[in-house]
Amino acid sequence: MDLTYNEAELAFRDELRAWFSEQEIEPEEAGHDAEYARRLAFHRALVSGGWAAVDWPEEYGGRGATLMQSAIFYEELTRSGAPLPVNVLGILLAAPTIMRWGTPDQKDRFLHPILTAEEIWCQGFSEPDAGSDFASVKTRAVRDGDDWLITGQKVWTSEAQIAKWCMLVARTDPDVAKHKGLTFFLMDMEQEGVQVVPLRQMTGESEFNELFLDNVRVPAEHVLGGVGDGWKVALTTLMNERSGLGISLQVTLRQRLDGVIAAAAERGLLEDTAVAERLGELCQRTELLRLLAYRGLTSVEKYGQPGPEGSLTKWLWSDTNQQLTQCAADLLGTSALRAGSQPAYALLRSRGNSIEGGTTEILKNIIAERVLGLPKAR
Amino acid sequence: MHFDLTDDQKEIKDVARQLLASRSPMAKVREAAEAERYDEALWTELVELAWPGIAVSEEHNGQGLGAVELAVLLEELGYACAATPLLSTATAASVIDACGNDDQRSRWLPGLATGEQTAGIGTPTLVADAEGAAVVVLVDGDDASLVVEPEAEPFQSIDPTRRYATVRGRAEPLGAGAADRVRAAIAAEVAGICQRALDVTVEYVKERKQFGVPVGSFQAVSHRCVQMLMHTESARTAAYYAAWAADADAGRLPEAAALAAAAAAEGAIEVTGSAIQAHGGIGFTWEADLHWLYKRAQLDAALLGGAAQARRTLTRLTAATLEVAR
Repeated sequence: MDLTYNEAELAFRDELRAWFSEQEIEPEEAGHDAEYARRLAFHRALVSGGWAAVDWPEEYGGRGATLMQSAIFYEELTRSGAPLPVNVLGILLAAPTIMRWGTPDQKDRFLHPILTAEEIWCQGFSEPDAGSDFASVKTRAVRDGDDWLITGQKVWTSEAQIAKWCMLVARTDPDVAKHKGLTFFLMDMEQEGVQVVPLRQMTGESEFNELFLDNVRVPAEHVLGGVGDGWKVALTTLMNERSGLGISLQVTLRQRLDGVIAAAAERGLLEDTAVAERLGELCQRTELLRLLAYRGLTSVEKYGQPGPEGSLTKWLWSDTNQQLTQCAADLLGTSALRAGSQPAYALLRSRGNSIEGGTTEILKNIIAERVLGLPKAR
Repeated sequence: MHFDLTDDQKEIKDVARQLLASRSPMAKVREAAEAERYDEALWTELVELAWPGIAVSEEHNGQGLGAVELAVLLEELGYACAATPLLSTATAASVIDACGNDDQRSRWLPGLATGEQTAGIGTPTLVADAEGAAVVVLVDGDDASLVVEPEAEPFQSIDPTRRYATVRGRAEPLGAGAADRVRAAIAAEVAGICQRALDVTVEYVKERKQFGVPVGSFQAVSHRCVQMLMHTESARTAAYYAAWAADADAGRLPEAAALAAAAAAEGAIEVTGSAIQAHGGIGFTWEADLHWLYKRAQLDAALLGGAAQARRTLTRLTAATLEVAR
């Protein structure tokens, strides 16, 4: 065990710190839309500094960072107060999937504009009747000469309103077992038949969309992997969804918790043992999240896959973030309930945390089956 | 950055697991608990293996290993719920070695490391293995002291797998970090108790059928098991972290030990309590071995000072850091 950074990791961190210290970083905005503008501006700085996709191989414009260095990047980015890059779905999900399954032409065509955020990506996996049960995808793709014609509906497509491309999973063979008949398409969003309808969420904003597809034409060379390989190609994407950003989320959580503790201290609330214990429980969960993340990273580096702790972090994070935003609202009075304030936005937004990227209930089912070896849930 | 045991540490863990499984199966724990005495043959064997001195330097007759090795050994001791004074003796010895002065080291370590003498550990109101102990490490909040010529007043706790008492005697101060090292060690034992309760429960709910299916297929049951896993992994992760900090990063030890105490005290009671619940009626019987784990867990949580106190410490340490940063 060694919970310090080695020389290479320290050098990487110091280089990052030096770079971040030279950047002008605007303060965080309340709300997704205002924050997006700040992210886009900072993304351009990341691109010019060569930091937009540290974990990509150098041949594609990354730095070939190890998993731990990648974690250090997100840690330092968040510590500096800088926002996450834009096009996260492209950089963290689409690109690794294309690198793994793409043809040389597909890599040439798609990777660079992902890095620079000239082309934003969205993810068309979830459907009204295929949320947690992803293999139940109903969107159909029918062969038409050299093309495919795609018809169906997707939901919870974040960034669809600004996306140029979509990672789309559709059913190409209705006659085989449900996960065998799927194909993974790279679909151009700017064409006839694609309709994006914003889905207004409980924060009042529209981060997500419904996506209606009516005979949308996708050329055969935009199939990723092979026809009928959609399930395993999509698994590459989903595996990436569960890693990468964890450290950034943890650091943000820690910063917010420190903010609440400082505010509570100013108001003299820490003398109240109930308050001190509640905040201490949040410290406990937040620090555990950090340690579990490092255990998970070590496990992936050593054994190629996360250990049992890896499956626990998303659940622990969403629970803790909800508890923290509630605690802030309880301790800091009505200022945290004022519309448009950061704590109010965080309080409302946190309700999505235990649903997006796999509901807590589904995560528990997965852990029960895959980690504990319990029979399939009923 | 590397958060995993080394191959050598894993080897210690595997050997300990196998040895305790054969020498101290639950039947032996039950036998010792019902007779309210320790398993003498087991202690003799552990002494021959030099386990009491695992984290004592070689110049004082120990094995010269560190707090992480002690932690993995104690984790397995907890897994077995073994009826033996190893937790208190090995922990006290490692604490005296790390935080005692030269006199204390040369006076106590040779006897403790070789198992010729035993030690107690605990708080002002609860000490494990004080009776017959040559010396007791007493933890009171952030401070720790060494009680020499301890006068033990034994009492019967709900946990008959271990002997408990209150202690009086002349107290000598111990150096910084002693209290935190004791908590890190107890937390490691708790991680093992939790793992045992979880393993036994997972096996049971796979086998036990109601309504024609294994009860483990019901989400009400499986999600409880997953919560047990969360607590178990949390206790283990925090205990390893605290053990690592004890030897490698004294600056992080206070927070790490408070974290370990909070995670372990909470996990101990939640996991062993859940194990009883998931077993249904059989879990509540004297025949089921779960209550030994539950009782040990309760006493360990008390030795740790409880989750609430540890959480107040975490808040206090954070507030102090933020104050300095301003």
